[in-house]
Amino acid sequence: MTSRDTSVLLDIRDLSVRFNTDSGVVHAVNHLNLSLHRGKALGFVGETGAGKTTTALAILRLIQSPPGQITSGEILFEGHDIMKMTEAEKRHIRGNRIAMIFQDPMTSLNPIMTVEDQITEMISLHSNLMGNEVSKRAREMLALVGIRPERAKDYPHQFSGGMRQRVGIAIALACEPALLIADEPTTALDVTIQAQVLELIKDLQSVVKTSLLLITHDLGIVAEICQDVAIMYAGRLVEYSDIRSLYGHPMHPYTQGLFNAVPNLDSPLGGKLAVIPGLPPDPTDLPKGCSFSPRCPYAQAVCHEKACGMREVAPNHFVDCYFPLGVEGGQRS
Amino acid sequence: MPANNSMLKYTLIRLRRNYLAVLGFVVLFVLIGSAIFAERISPFGYADQDYMMIRQPPSAQHLLGTDQFGRDVLSRLIYGSRISLQVGLIAVSISLIVGGAIGAIGGYFGGRTDSVLMRIMDVQLAIPTILLAIVISSALGPGLVNLMVAVGITSIPRFARLMRASVLSIKGMEFIEAARAMGASHMRIILLYILPNCAAPLIVQSTLSVANAILFAATLSFLGLGIQPPFPEWGGMLSDARPYIRDSAYLSIFPGLAIMITIVALNCIGDGLRDALDPKQKR
Repeated sequence: MTSRDTSVLLDIRDLSVRFNTDSGVVHAVNHLNLSLHRGKALGFVGETGAGKTTTALAILRLIQSPPGQITSGEILFEGHDIMKMTEAEKRHIRGNRIAMIFQDPMTSLNPIMTVEDQITEMISLHSNLMGNEVSKRAREMLALVGIRPERAKDYPHQFSGGMRQRVGIAIALACEPALLIADEPTTALDVTIQAQVLELIKDLQSVVKTSLLLITHDLGIVAEICQDVAIMYAGRLVEYSDIRSLYGHPMHPYTQGLFNAVPNLDSPLGGKLAVIPGLPPDPTDLPKGCSFSPRCPYAQAVCHEKACGMREVAPNHFVDCYFPLGVEGGQRS
Repeated sequence: MPANNSMLKYTLIRLRRNYLAVLGFVVLFVLIGSAIFAERISPFGYADQDYMMIRQPPSAQHLLGTDQFGRDVLSRLIYGSRISLQVGLIAVSISLIVGGAIGAIGGYFGGRTDSVLMRIMDVQLAIPTILLAIVISSALGPGLVNLMVAVGITSIPRFARLMRASVLSIKGMEFIEAARAMGASHMRIILLYILPNCAAPLIVQSTLSVANAILFAATLSFLGLGIQPPFPEWGGMLSDARPYIRDSAYLSIFPGLAIMITIVALNCIGDGLRDALDPKQKR
């Protein structure tokens, strides 16, 4: 997973982030290893509070400090460690090489700037284009996301949620970044608009040839867009593989629980939804062993003592579990 | 929806419905006009003395009467509007710029920077404003510029606190994080993203502060610390008129009225702007 070949765009090694709060130290991300190849789309799945957004913000070095603190790890982007960059270098990377689409389009646009100006802002921060060229490029970007040029001088409040998110996408892609981080880009939108926006992200990803880190808790979205998927639980990566392998054979008990929790159209009416018993652990007080062990139906004594750590169980299929499901020595219900 | 429905346009539409604010603006424009064209419209010079016409009540020749040196009160009031408007505008600019910067930096960066800046502001707030202004203007000496500085400094903390509060509320919004993710520098975010979004409360506070500053300047001049004679200042004119209040009451009444009308007009404008700039109050 941590190979050093040139096709690797982003390589996160042993990243730990914590927040010092009044109620204790929150271990948001713990010793995370993750890599993303050029041109690929990686789905980053986990429940609320699993540390997905924190990881994304850490990649951009946007974690507010205090209270946030990156305690260990390196983030290699195009071979350079983002952790060691100066403020100016970080600013150069942000937006230009790594861009982000935010969760809520209602609040992620500046209410007092026209949408064209907001795209222009991004372009003029990172390119040498002048005057007319900038605004021409901004209108191109708007056209690309399907917004008519006569709307360019309108303000965000004059757009619907879906259109605003498309503006957000236009801003993010304006400088053709190498990596696009989409932080739950469709959570705040209704289902029909979701499909549109996802389709757009998918199409543009191939047009602009950017890598995509898609943060979500919707396994369906991941299946539609991504090639690889990483499952996160309580600040740790628990399973990582390509879509086919992971959706075909989820190996970590947590991943299996996630799949079981997805409602099915064929399931009998009035039946209860499957849930994973228990609650995610308190991030200020994580269990000693595997953080999923208190909720895991297959947990053994060793699970409570020490976490297994990621290991390659099948080709390119990594699991953080002593007893991966469906594997020799593992257990099945 | 037609293009270019800018906030300015909505604000103007809402402002026009508020008759008091419109009236305030009319008064303000009359004042600005009289300040600019004082030489043309005033019937006499502000220091022209006529010893045959001492403390004359209002008449056709001297519409608002004459003072103890035979100077035309109307002319002095017209010239005096220059001082008042200048002091109001420049003193408020001083406190807006300095206080705004302190508040913006404290609010945006937070932490220790914020604590230090705000404690300094708290210390200043602990000193009664009038006392502070008297100390500053007696230390700097009398004069127009020093008067503006003194008045300006006294209202710095109010602007700093207001600014800080607005910055804090704007800072938490997602579009600020989005701007950082775009690679914008701190300075750029403060100037282009935060300040314009904080403008509404600051505009209102500034308008109301202009009224306050004019009153303050009049107070200092009344105490003899502001503008020096013979140049007319409304507060100074009140002070000069004090010995004659029994015999020639109009000498006190007219400058007092001028001050009052100006303050009321500015307050009406401030209230009107506050309502117009707050979209939540839309009916």
